Amino acid sequence: MASAGIDVGAKTVKVVITENNNILSKSKILTGFDQVESINQALNSALSSSEIKQDKLDHIISTGVGGKIVEFSSKTIPEVRAAAIGIIHSYPNVRTVIDVGAEEGRATKCSVDGKVIDFVINEKCSAGSGVFVEAMARALEVKLKDMGPLSIKSTKAVPMNAQCSVFAESEVVSLIHTGNTKEDISRAIHDAIASRIASMVRRIGIEEEIALIGGMAKNIGFVNSLKRTLEITNLIIPDEPEYVGALGAANAGGN
Amino acid sequence: MEVESEYWRWKEYNWSDPDINWQEADIVVAGIDVGSVSSQCVIVTDGKLLGYSSLRTGSNSPDSAQNALDWALKGIDELTQDKIQFIVGTGYGRVNIPISNKAITEIACHARGANYIYGPKVRTILDMGGQDCKSINCDHRGKVTAFLMNDKCAAGTGRGMEVFSDLLGIHIEKVGEMSFEVDKEPSPVSSTCVVFAKSEGTALLRKGWSRNEVLAAYCSAMAHRVVTLIERIEMIPEFAITGGISKNIGVVNRLVEELNVKAMDPGDLDPQIAGGLGAALFAEALVKKARKKAAKT
Repeated sequence: MASAGIDVGAKTVKVVITENNNILSKSKILTGFDQVESINQALNSALSSSEIKQDKLDHIISTGVGGKIVEFSSKTIPEVRAAAIGIIHSYPNVRTVIDVGAEEGRATKCSVDGKVIDFVINEKCSAGSGVFVEAMARALEVKLKDMGPLSIKSTKAVPMNAQCSVFAESEVVSLIHTGNTKEDISRAIHDAIASRIASMVRRIGIEEEIALIGGMAKNIGFVNSLKRTLEITNLIIPDEPEYVGALGAANAGGN
Repeated sequence: MEVESEYWRWKEYNWSDPDINWQEADIVVAGIDVGSVSSQCVIVTDGKLLGYSSLRTGSNSPDSAQNALDWALKGIDELTQDKIQFIVGTGYGRVNIPISNKAITEIACHARGANYIYGPKVRTILDMGGQDCKSINCDHRGKVTAFLMNDKCAAGTGRGMEVFSDLLGIHIEKVGEMSFEVDKEPSPVSSTCVVFAKSEGTALLRKGWSRNEVLAAYCSAMAHRVVTLIERIEMIPEFAITGGISKNIGVVNRLVEELNVKAMDPGDLDPQIAGGLGAALFAEALVKKARKKAAKT
């Protein structure tokens, strides 16, 4: 049985093709001006590397903020469900999945068979999502990919008071003016978002093992800050954390 | 020709009442409100408003306070800093104003100032500032009985409006008027967060909306945001709006319509000085109290 999972995120579209729950191919492209076009591109690219024709797929299942606009999908599932199924595929002992994407933050409590027991979502406030770090990187005049590496070189915790992305931008500027290093400011930024994510996750209760997925899982600075804030040493991060949702969607076909 | 690039930059100004001669007055005091975005210094003499200034807050409170005071003094004949008998500091930066004799919270000062501007009938004050928004209930003397404040999120604050003014390239002082130059009132921007609202605004422009329509959609979203804050405390008439956004009819008119109440008219007085004015009135009361105490002993 072959399936495609399409995760239409705020920033990128991810596609995973599976056969009998094993991954055949993946693709990811930036959500461009035309979302429908981006979805088609991502799907075609994944199909061509898996050498499966679209009409041979038993299921096409979509998820993500733009999941509903995938016209040819047989069903659309919520992100938290996709996350649970996707993580259980490779890490069956995970009970708490934290998913931090470009514009949303989520946490899912799941059972052994990938069922969602409880979840919490923040989609209202950018300060608990990836764009927060992006905006702060701009204020700090640092490339987004350098934020994480800079952060782990920090020697000192500097508190950040602002809760809001808009206010935090001004605070970063004043932290620069008061002579803090880029390393310390970068850590302050990651600590700030980690504390917001942590307080969101605590609302559903934290049960081991814990996994972090979504684009922000690739930011080592955020990962360290989150571990520190949650006071845990073991945080599972899949090799390609941004594909977990699409994988979960693909594997949701059979059930 | 000057190229306009800073659409958010509003005019800084000072004002004084030419009919008042402070040299014949008994008490001359000042209130300085160092806000997160703007600073005002208000000078009061014998219970009357003598003059004020309004400037953009700089990178530190002490300098901003001093600048505001200097500007206010500049507008008043022969008045110098050493003639000011007492200074009360208020606002976001109040704890760090070395030239002030005392700090009082902006909530108390706003209620006191609004009581002076709007008279003793005002019971609910909405203060819409640069980085926060407060809803205050007060009694006939301007004493606070309840309040609620949002200072955590830029949605519903002046800072959010500045972001949109920059995005659309429309000067902040024209935003209110332009938001009514639409054929039909559009539905409000749906995002709460200013960062997300900005992306939504960009998407609407791409879809072919006019700048004025996007402005209208943001003004009504902001009005709605603030209404939810007011509804959490008691909405007791009369109702008045203070702070910088009180000058933005795009937000104010939509807000008043949604609340279904009338907002009081400040007359010739600037509702943005309410905090500084309240601080100055407290300063005067403190001077009188100290004199009374001195007379007794």
